[in-house]
Amino acid sequence: MGLRIDQDHTRFKAIVRGKIKQNLRKYVQQGEMLGKKGKEFISIPVPFIDVPRFKHGSRQGGVGQGDGDPGDQIGQGQPQPGDGSGKAGEGEGQHVLEVDISLDELAQILSEELQLPNIENKGNDKIVTSRIKYTGINTIGPQSLRHFKRTFKEALKRQIATGTYDPSNPVIIPRKQDQRYRTYRLESLPQTNAVIIYMMDVSGSMGDEQKEIVRIESFWLDTWLRNQYKGLETRFIIHDAVAREVDRDTFFHTRESGGTMISSAYKLCRDIIKAEYPAASWNIYPFHFSDGDNWSADDTRTCIELLKTDILTDVNQFAYGQVESPYGSGQFIKDLREHLGDHAKVALSEVTDKDAIYGSIKDFLGKGR
Amino acid sequence: MPKSLTPRLMDLKNEIEGYARTFGLDFFEQVFEVLTTEELNMVAAYGGFPTRYPHWRWGMEYEQLSKSSEYGLSKIYELVINNDPCFAYLLEANAEVDQKLVMAHVYGHNDFFKNNFTFKFTNRKMVDEMANHATRIRRWIDKLGVEKIEEFIDVALSLENLIDQHAPHIKRNPDPRVAEQQQNVRAEGFKVAKDYMRPYVNPVEFIEKERKKLEEEKKQSKKFPERPQRDVLAFLLDEAPMEDWEREILSIVREEAYYFAPQAQTKIMNEGWASYWHSTIMTTRALRDHEILDYADHHAGTMAMQQGKLNPYKVGIELFRDIEDRWNKGRFGKDWDECDDLRVRRSWDKKLGGGREKIFEVRKHYNDVTFIDAFLTPEFAIEQKLFTFNFNDKKNTWEIATREFKKVKNKLLQSLTNFGQPVIDVVDANFENKGELVLSHKHDGVDLDPGYAKETLKNLQAIWRRPVGIITKAEGKSIMMRHDGTTFTEKKVEL
Repeated sequence: MGLRIDQDHTRFKAIVRGKIKQNLRKYVQQGEMLGKKGKEFISIPVPFIDVPRFKHGSRQGGVGQGDGDPGDQIGQGQPQPGDGSGKAGEGEGQHVLEVDISLDELAQILSEELQLPNIENKGNDKIVTSRIKYTGINTIGPQSLRHFKRTFKEALKRQIATGTYDPSNPVIIPRKQDQRYRTYRLESLPQTNAVIIYMMDVSGSMGDEQKEIVRIESFWLDTWLRNQYKGLETRFIIHDAVAREVDRDTFFHTRESGGTMISSAYKLCRDIIKAEYPAASWNIYPFHFSDGDNWSADDTRTCIELLKTDILTDVNQFAYGQVESPYGSGQFIKDLREHLGDHAKVALSEVTDKDAIYGSIKDFLGKGR
Repeated sequence: MPKSLTPRLMDLKNEIEGYARTFGLDFFEQVFEVLTTEELNMVAAYGGFPTRYPHWRWGMEYEQLSKSSEYGLSKIYELVINNDPCFAYLLEANAEVDQKLVMAHVYGHNDFFKNNFTFKFTNRKMVDEMANHATRIRRWIDKLGVEKIEEFIDVALSLENLIDQHAPHIKRNPDPRVAEQQQNVRAEGFKVAKDYMRPYVNPVEFIEKERKKLEEEKKQSKKFPERPQRDVLAFLLDEAPMEDWEREILSIVREEAYYFAPQAQTKIMNEGWASYWHSTIMTTRALRDHEILDYADHHAGTMAMQQGKLNPYKVGIELFRDIEDRWNKGRFGKDWDECDDLRVRRSWDKKLGGGREKIFEVRKHYNDVTFIDAFLTPEFAIEQKLFTFNFNDKKNTWEIATREFKKVKNKLLQSLTNFGQPVIDVVDANFENKGELVLSHKHDGVDLDPGYAKETLKNLQAIWRRPVGIITKAEGKSIMMRHDGTTFTEKKVEL
């Protein structure tokens, strides 16, 4: 069902993505996206646009309520007095902007914004799998879905209220009206055949910082894609002057050094595709990260040839991310841009620092590309 | 879309309304509508009015509200708007006991809207007015395109807080008599040693000429505006060279800002009053036995003190109860103030029983600032565990500064005055005789955020067309920030 606000909502999202109204872009504030807290918790990204106003500088203090002695630390991010006043009507709507959620949930939120481009139903097994998702609690339902804790809690409440609960003899007897059941919904998931091939340059010119950026970016790509597409296959290739296929763990942790022959990785990528993933039945997404410093111009030509004749014909999208490095010439992305920049299946992105990762992921997977 | 009440909810409404009336609440006709979570989020995003003009910021609010409700962070139970009839929205999925609580709460708000003095001059047909605003803005959008209009709305919003927050219904015009007096200039002519020489040294024509010249000079040097004007938006509407459509949009933004101002001025009182009444109505009348636990749970959730945060619901309801108790027992006035025998004070009860009457009076004649100023007592501050907090630069954390009553009260009043917004006036619209606009920030110990100030000045310049500036202090020194549309400068000034 469409709501009247959808129009404003869409417009807001378009501004945040930088599609319209570039002048507002600088006021967009992103929630901390990669801020891991504890083991696998993170804050939800809730972008907002802060219209400039005359306002007090922060950290002015205020009045609070609660226990503690002078000098005791209190929570971070105190609400500034007067925040949000003069806005909105009445209501209990407290705008809490940060929340702890798990990686899975984060991936889900991002899935609203990101998706694999051009994904198609391929292969013989166009099976639609379905799974059951428990969505809530109801007062009626089958016995097999009875929610014991909630049922007994209701019974306890009722007994306390009616005075039939005896703490010294804590017997709780649920009645019919106390029963609570889980409710569920069937969710269908289209099965897609997709493979992601990650390639990373681990040559000597890639410093620790560059590798770190590539790892973070591919880690997040991998996390989101895995969450989003069931049955997704992933392959990992590292290369310096020669390329080899490695497992996921090695990919994220290896340290090597040496010269750079990008073509070696593309050859291996091509071989893997030809041997195991026929384009007729697979959606194929190679991602390659490097600092853009290739061994020779000849090798770069070989790369472009490989891409043109073999790889691009088979894949849905080829993504190249170039990390800025103090040593690298950064030539490779320029060459790609020159020869393949207009190609519909090629996505290029430059990652200058860690902060640029989010933008780069959007370059690769943002809708409408 | 909005559903009217089910027969069951209608019965509840009638029941609660009856209780509210017997307690003496005096309210506008109350209309409840039932919405789904998405719809409620939408209406809340629009600030309570389903018919607002199109703008991205409603979408932003909606995004925040729907994300936070989706992840169970916060949930809007109810929404009520100041209008006659008073509209309130109920959440479809709420349990019956919650609906009752919300209804009782809403009658409190409704009574407050109708009776509190700060709302007296608000538009009670705001639902219609908002729809009119939307129509007018849509018409301009059709004519000039959405980009152009929205861009100007963004500019106007950036100046939205430059109104006279505490005097929404007074428009101060200079007193004409004072103005006239100031205009009388006396021309003396040259100094003469002997009186009889005067007509020769200063003939009448000469004096007349001199007087005219002085008057002319006076006129030119006359400050404009003659005295600082707090309502910057009104000043711009009167004086800035705007297109018709710009003027219309700015005046819409100003009108809506004034409509919402009283709600920010009475946040503590309004929530306190509504909570006082939902609590009174529910616990003495409306609650059924089996609902007690759920009610207590919900009520406690609303009143909870989150570490470090001031909860207006909690402070408000407790302060109203405290006032009621003090006036019931006669704990006020000269005798009470002068009594310093703790034992006597503790058992002080003159059995006056005027508490309920007193709080009705308070809800009519006070706003948050005067409410706290008049009724916050040291005992109350201790009981409510109030403290002030500051940022410790060394440790890079917020920490509790003190619980000393005077400081807590001062800080609280300071943060409520102008709602913690900087106090800014137009002081000169013809600065250095170049038609530049100068604002002045009344510095009360806190600097303006320089980044925001710069961008805001740029927006102000877009309306004023000529360069604009603001006089303020930064790190203890008086400075003037100035923007001429392309460049931003900052220089020290002597005041």
